[in-house]
Amino acid sequence: MALINVKTREVQIKIVYYGPGRGGKTTNLEYINKKYRNQIKTEMVSLKTQDDRTLFFDFLPFDVGQIKGFDITIQLYTVPGQVKYNATRKLVLRGVDGIVFVADVQKEQRKKNIESLNQLYENLETYKLDLFKMPLVMQYNKIDLKLTNIPVLSSQTMQKDLNSLLRVPAFEASALKGGNVILTLKKIISTTLASIQDQVF
Amino acid sequence: MFNQNQLDAIDNVIQVNLIEAGLDHVIFMDMAGNTIAKHDNGKSHLDSTAFAALAAGNFAAVDAMAKLVGESEFSLLFHKGEKSSIHFSKVNDDTLLITMFNKDISLGLVRLKVAETIKKVNTILACE
Ligand SMILES: Nc1nc2c(ncn2[C@@H]2O[C@H](COP(=O)(O)OP(=O)(O)OP(=O)(O)O)[C@@H](O)[C@H]2O)c(=O)[nH]1
Ligand SMILES: [Mg+2]
Repeated sequence: MALINVKTREVQIKIVYYGPGRGGKTTNLEYINKKYRNQIKTEMVSLKTQDDRTLFFDFLPFDVGQIKGFDITIQLYTVPGQVKYNATRKLVLRGVDGIVFVADVQKEQRKKNIESLNQLYENLETYKLDLFKMPLVMQYNKIDLKLTNIPVLSSQTMQKDLNSLLRVPAFEASALKGGNVILTLKKIISTTLASIQDQVF
Repeated sequence: MFNQNQLDAIDNVIQVNLIEAGLDHVIFMDMAGNTIAKHDNGKSHLDSTAFAALAAGNFAAVDAMAKLVGESEFSLLFHKGEKSSIHFSKVNDDTLLITMFNKDISLGLVRLKVAETIKKVNTILACE
């Protein structure tokens, strides 16, 4: 749940980038951090292993201005995608307001995407949250690999696998090159803000 | 969600009980890592946003470890440094109080002051 402070007139919103290991969650935040460096007051925090895999989370906060006199701060988090880290993944989801699901378009990752999404549903259930009611954006990442020999899944396949029931906004993206990273971010922010406004303002 | 009266009262309790007792920084926050109130002695700087996110993660990880060994919780969470130390306390199921203090203050005094503060904060939160 977003934290609304009536005294300091601040709203803090938590958005989590979720998805299978090596899908590009951290790369999304790194791009955002680089792109908006002068609007971000603090350093990005990354708790990672020596080989740059997320161990606990990445964290990047930034301000997006005012709504009805409240200063809005967005706090972006990533979860560790590796299968063995589900306990910590769950911890990061505590208090989540919106989710970007970063899926990997590589053909060999097809099953991992689906398993990760199923686990997201279960993990949210432990907080009595329903994925179907959660502000959510799909990102089909690494679309740049289409130009290489690496086999990738079509957008129709991705949609069928991951979004046929949820029917949320979806973007093809390349976190590495920056393609649609900001569009994904803007979409999740606007969707999340709309849902919070329904609840409180 | 906290109302204005509660936030004022919490600010006051933290200021009087903890900052005036000589603590450097105090953060009252929720378990998701959001800061509800922050106070300092005006002498040192802290990136409290990042700090709160890490503190929430740290607390959550230790709490999960406690459950794994069959403890309902570890009541004392304390990190000691050469110049400054950090003390974590659960206020209720949703909130934490983090205090930072230097070597001029004893852990015993901090624990006493923190315990008093938590009691008062819980009283404040109980009245709407
Ligand atoms: N070609 C290509 N590679 C990418 C893209 N995004 C990320 N990568 C690469 O994929 C690898 C994993 O990226 P990360 O951002 O660390 O993935 P992650 O989802 O944070 O992984 P975990 O922390 O283990 O969950 C890195 O080598 C990235 O450079 C992309 O859009 N295109
Ligand atoms: Mg990562």
